[in-house]
Amino acid sequence: MKTIRDLFKDYRFFFSFIVLVIVLILAFLSIFSPYDPTLWNVVPRDMKPSPQYWLGTDSNGQDIFWQATFAVRNSLIISLIAALISRVIAILVGMIAGYKGGSIDRVLMFISDSLLVIPLFLIMVMLAMMVRKYMNLVVLGLMLSVFGWAWDARTIRSIILSLRERDFTQTAILSGAGTVKLVLNEYMPFATPFIFSTLINNISWAISLEITLAFLGLVNLNVPTLGTMLNWAITYQAMFLGRWWWVLTPVVLSLLLFIALYWLSVSISEYLDPRTRTQRVGA
Amino acid sequence: MIFLKRYLLPRLFQYVLVIWLGITVVFLIPRVTPNDPVMAMIGMMRARGSTLEPGAMDGIINDLTEMYGLQGSWLDQYWIFWGRLFRGDLGVSFFQFPTRVNELIATAMPWTLGLLLTTTALSWILGNMIGGLAGYYSKRGWSQTLDAVAMVIRPLPYYIFAFTLLLLFAGAVRWFPVSGGASLGAIPAFTWAYIKDVLWHAFLPALSLTVLGGAVNFQIMKLLVQNVNAESFVQYAKMGGVTENRIVNKYVIRNALLPQITGLALSLGQIFSGALITEIVYGYPGLGMLLYNSIIRADYNLIMGITIFSIVGITTAILIVDLAYPLFDPRVRYY
Repeated sequence: MKTIRDLFKDYRFFFSFIVLVIVLILAFLSIFSPYDPTLWNVVPRDMKPSPQYWLGTDSNGQDIFWQATFAVRNSLIISLIAALISRVIAILVGMIAGYKGGSIDRVLMFISDSLLVIPLFLIMVMLAMMVRKYMNLVVLGLMLSVFGWAWDARTIRSIILSLRERDFTQTAILSGAGTVKLVLNEYMPFATPFIFSTLINNISWAISLEITLAFLGLVNLNVPTLGTMLNWAITYQAMFLGRWWWVLTPVVLSLLLFIALYWLSVSISEYLDPRTRTQRVGA
Repeated sequence: MIFLKRYLLPRLFQYVLVIWLGITVVFLIPRVTPNDPVMAMIGMMRARGSTLEPGAMDGIINDLTEMYGLQGSWLDQYWIFWGRLFRGDLGVSFFQFPTRVNELIATAMPWTLGLLLTTTALSWILGNMIGGLAGYYSKRGWSQTLDAVAMVIRPLPYYIFAFTLLLLFAGAVRWFPVSGGASLGAIPAFTWAYIKDVLWHAFLPALSLTVLGGAVNFQIMKLLVQNVNAESFVQYAKMGGVTENRIVNKYVIRNALLPQITGLALSLGQIFSGALITEIVYGYPGLGMLLYNSIIRADYNLIMGITIFSIVGITTAILIVDLAYPLFDPRVRYY
């Protein structure tokens, strides 16, 4: 309880907590949506926000509030798939490279360095173009996870490198602990706070790339996400026709979401380890 | 020549290897994904309602296969692919046939380069300067205000930030143009009117890139300076009565700047991607817009060309920053 009370003293944690609860409630509400999000013209078009249509309706004849609930849900699904799988890759690569060293280390670090250097956005655009027909939430999540691990694998490796030199490593090896047990039981607790804060950062990264790819029309535009909602609003020039409720809904939602995720990761990692402050700004 | 052996050669080797890896991935993507670009092209031509004689279809399929470099085994294709690249040939664009991809990139390049160089330099210099001062005077009110502002701007992706500025300054208050690099029909000339027009159009894209990049530099630099500030040599200098100006400029900021040079090299790839996205949001006629058009028209050769060109460009830029590092840090010597 004390932990939670301490965290709530940080205004950033407080804000993030509220925003994320609202977002999760929104995502959860999608179950009760009276409309099918893929159908058009289920409500009158271009209505202003009113008691009946809380956030108005768009030019496709869809209710923006309920559309937003699906958008938030789907964006979260994509980013969770991407973040969780890329964490697994980052942990494996970082731990193997850090613990084994030698040529495995060099090869793995070369690959992750290359991923950092090459303009990945263009590679992802190419891939997305090629698998356009098969694109869905899971494929997009997987695609993002393949590219999102490099930086964190590097940091996990350096954490392991420093742990390997500590005395308890020798003690554990001499008492007969196997490599797997050593890494999981002895090293993981040290890396966990870092992994957790990168998980949040990675979720944020995945959502932002989804929005970018959706804006380029590289995802299935009939599936509502934060990106596709914005894409439709731009396609219909909602901004210049004065339909502010349409264009502002995804923009404000994503602004709040990005700030909340960042503040959450900053406040948690500062609480867990005040020394990680330098790491978090570099990540 | 230990410098050459210990540092330059391994670094050059790595440079070549990264380019090789990147371009090989570009080569593999269309071949391992379940998609036939030739049939996709023909599907698109059909969808546009063009009818063809039966014999002509085979000819087109052959031509397209050759243009995509899809004849023979993968190994043959790979050789031909590299052969073309070494001659600097990125093929022809399909939708602006028969314009060469090289030419299209060459027309778009100056716009991107101008925007990118200006904003990267501005955001690095401004971010580090303001961040350095804010770190030194971290107890002051203005420093904490700036920190709070950076906390809001920092997490925003390029796309959302650029679009928000567009909504504010070209939608809500119409101070700046919505899109383009210059007014329609403006004739490129070295006149004040034209330059003013170009700058006016470039303002919002440049502002969003500079502010976003600047916020990152600001935050990192502020922390670095706070760390250097706590070190004993700074305390000693203060006690010894060295003027504050001198401490800030010669002792603190100079020491804190070094990691920022490495940081610049590492983040160049992201900055570049961000610039492409920002260009698309503002309809700025650089590489980003070229990319956008080629995505819409499924102009695969053009996308491949832009990607290969960018990989080589970015890795070269990073190499140059890396090699220049010893110039800034007298402790690093390679002999």
